[in-house]
Amino acid sequence: MKPSLSTLPLRSARWPGVAGLLRNQGQRGRWLGGLLGLALVGGCAAVGTSSDPATALQSATRLTWGASVPAVAALSRSSAQAWLDAQLRPSSAPPTLPGPVQAQINAMTISQRPVAELVADMVQQRQAANALPDDAAKQAARNAWQQEMNRLAREAAQRHLLRAVYSPRQVQEQMTWFWLNHFSVFQGKGEIRAMLGDYEDSAIRPHALGRFRDLLGAVVRHPAMLQFLDNAQNASGRLNENYARELMELHTLGVDAGYTQRDVQELARVLTGVGVQTKLGGDQPRLPAAQQALYVRQGLFEFNPRRHDFGPKVFLGQPVPGQGLAEVDQALDRLARAPATARFISGKLAHYWLSDDAPRALVDRMAQTFQRSDGDIAATLRTLFTSNEFQRGAGGKFKDPMRYVVSALRLSYGDTPILNTAPALGWLNRLGEPLYGRQTPDGYPLNDSAWSSSGQMETRFELARAIGAARPDLRQAVEPPVPGSPAAAPTPPAAPLPAPDGAHALYGQPPGADALGARTRQALGQAKSPAEWNALLLSSPEFMRR
Amino acid sequence: MQRRRLLQTLGMLPIAGGAGALLAAPAASSKLLIVFLRGAYDCCNLLVPTASNFYYESRPDIAIARPPAAGAAADPANPTAIALDANWGLHPALAGNLWPLYQKGELAFVPFAGTDDTSRSHFETQDGIELGQPLDRRRDYRSGFLNRLAEVVNGAAPMAFTDQLPLSMQGRAQVPNMALRSVGKSALDARQSRLIADMYEDTPLAAPVQEGFAVRANVARQLSAEMDAAGRGAVSARGFSAEAQRIGRLMAQGYNLGFVDVGGWDTHVNQGGVKGDLATRLGNLGDGLAQLPAAMGPAWRDTTVVVISEFGRTFRQNGNRGTDHGHGTVYWVLGGGVRGGKVLGEQVVVDQAHLFQNRDLRVLNEYRAVLGGLFARQFGLRPAQLAKVFDGVAPRDLGLV
Repeated sequence: MKPSLSTLPLRSARWPGVAGLLRNQGQRGRWLGGLLGLALVGGCAAVGTSSDPATALQSATRLTWGASVPAVAALSRSSAQAWLDAQLRPSSAPPTLPGPVQAQINAMTISQRPVAELVADMVQQRQAANALPDDAAKQAARNAWQQEMNRLAREAAQRHLLRAVYSPRQVQEQMTWFWLNHFSVFQGKGEIRAMLGDYEDSAIRPHALGRFRDLLGAVVRHPAMLQFLDNAQNASGRLNENYARELMELHTLGVDAGYTQRDVQELARVLTGVGVQTKLGGDQPRLPAAQQALYVRQGLFEFNPRRHDFGPKVFLGQPVPGQGLAEVDQALDRLARAPATARFISGKLAHYWLSDDAPRALVDRMAQTFQRSDGDIAATLRTLFTSNEFQRGAGGKFKDPMRYVVSALRLSYGDTPILNTAPALGWLNRLGEPLYGRQTPDGYPLNDSAWSSSGQMETRFELARAIGAARPDLRQAVEPPVPGSPAAAPTPPAAPLPAPDGAHALYGQPPGADALGARTRQALGQAKSPAEWNALLLSSPEFMRR
Repeated sequence: MQRRRLLQTLGMLPIAGGAGALLAAPAASSKLLIVFLRGAYDCCNLLVPTASNFYYESRPDIAIARPPAAGAAADPANPTAIALDANWGLHPALAGNLWPLYQKGELAFVPFAGTDDTSRSHFETQDGIELGQPLDRRRDYRSGFLNRLAEVVNGAAPMAFTDQLPLSMQGRAQVPNMALRSVGKSALDARQSRLIADMYEDTPLAAPVQEGFAVRANVARQLSAEMDAAGRGAVSARGFSAEAQRIGRLMAQGYNLGFVDVGGWDTHVNQGGVKGDLATRLGNLGDGLAQLPAAMGPAWRDTTVVVISEFGRTFRQNGNRGTDHGHGTVYWVLGGGVRGGKVLGEQVVVDQAHLFQNRDLRVLNEYRAVLGGLFARQFGLRPAQLAKVFDGVAPRDLGLV
């Protein structure tokens, strides 16, 4: 039993049906109740000023990846206002994660090796494989390369999932997912699998709550995006307009902002020469004297003036003098500060956090904040979170698969470390929303109807059954550690799967499932085992929304 | 299983009931499958304008060579376009799968097809096409054209063979969805399914939840039959072929309005010509579609399959031996009752002067008019019914069926 939950109100007296249920079922009183019941529906305050437990629960439900015992405890300890302040302005020091979780992350190749080195190695390995004269040896070397690339992508996904479940910086983690989706790259292209961990950690997460312009600038310079949208191939006289188009349509202005095909082509010209260099070190290419100073190399990022179109351009009605990489910054300034961008980004944030049809007045106010603060993402979110519209919108948002899976894990596992993330990543796959798996640059849809069709619901129920029964047991590591890594040292075997009424967090809550609907309570009352009770709870209409 | 019984099992019989019955079109044994190629496939390398010198000038690296002159022998080492008529040729990746259907008259192509939306945005245009609404009015994002078709066709049994319900199938008619790449038996027993369905009874998700269980059970039965067949020595198809076979069987059994999408057509870089990425994709697609006649059996006679995409690509190759976003595209129409073996619809000469914005193919066969004409003929829709599906457009009957 978690002592921190003694602060939760046990309001079973108000819900005699549940109290009766719990009395009749005896043992069931030890299963999940109050936390979930409150977390599912709760009162109306989103981020109130008091730290009363109901508010804490509701805030945890709506502002974290999903209510969990530690999150509710943290929210109960501090004032909601102070909690939100800390969430919106997290320190740059690494967050504290449970020891075994942090140890897993530390043991990953992507945590240990710089991306430039990793990618250079992988490129070299691929080229070496292709150069092998013997067909069988070539095939074997290619397979080894594929496996290593897949492993690197899996590490990035595992790390992302672990942080989503355990990081105390929950708003930052959700915004990291949000921006990864907004600036979506597909892992199946080029060397992107080896770049994902760095894309997330150097381009996205540090700016997830910062200035939009900084975030945009970091993405534009990241090799993952440059490879994904083909800008690494975009050169003077060999124009490739793919990135230019999506940069305006999907990343900044939005499709209805009134830019033209001409703007797309002009931006593509601005972006010529912006590319990726996968060879480590080395000298800069031979360039005419006048261009040498314009050459830029930072890690894998390269601006090669030889491939740039220095002609004068007109972009969004304003001239862009030919000057090399500085043109890109000028164009990004123009895009980041456009009123259309403020509206587009604000609308998408409201869509993600609140509902499919967020009130226009609210989006307008967010866009004003965005513009007034020069694209301060945290400030824009504050306008959203502290609005009356947000407070009234509790329970209005259908969970997408990522939120469904993570919230189920947070509720089920609390602060019990997950050592095997593979099943959870598989669940995301089955639900059609794997990390880095969107083939197209538009990112996964955020609207409710995209995720509530019959096939989706059926799959969710099947996963609820697996999660509810704790099969497979995520607390037990099954993947062999990388040879030579710290995790390769033998670890004591994990404790066996507890009996259904044991310490597993999903079963370990005090009674008081008060806010569940009558039909849900009725169904729960017919559960034949704790595992089935859990499965029904995670399948319930209440758990599908936040 | 009898179709009627399957429909009862799936709880679909009442779909065109109630107020809709007044409008319902004649009971349809007709079946329609829409295949959406997401990413704007390069139609100019599928239906090759072999008479156009401009095509060969515009695509020095990726063009599909002209068929050998009459009387000349084909060189197996250097595949060329397959001559369809004096103006058009077919990509050789379709030689072994769909070319026989064309020769049988069960496959037609409609070039210069597409939408009047000129944003050249994948996402905007895909949505626009799936909604099938006039471009000059506020859109209703909860009403796709296939869903509206399901509302007016009597006994409609729609199904999306996708992970997520596509926009074209969203709307008032309840449409189940399930991707058929890999599905097994449900992990839930009947009692658990009932308990869950009970929890949803008073919620807006009640119908999809019930339908999800029913469809899953049905698909699982189908697949166990498939495994039996495979056990008796049938060749098991891979990739889209396997999926298409399953779609064909399910449609033959009970569904008459289907949708499936195939991604990965956005070829900005190194798309290849006779061989390469695009050729591989076209070959896989052709292999899959070629499974449908056998999988559907006698139902193929009454089936129309329409392959569409959001737009075409630039007529000229770009600097990276690929193509960028364009405008007009080519639709494919196949089926047992199709009057094919022809390239249909309004056409113009393929040269620089006839390009749209000196960049890509024009749209002369607007998709709502073309599909409207096809639906009217196939399902016997009256003008009022058709207007419900495609509001504000005059249907054009190209004589496809």
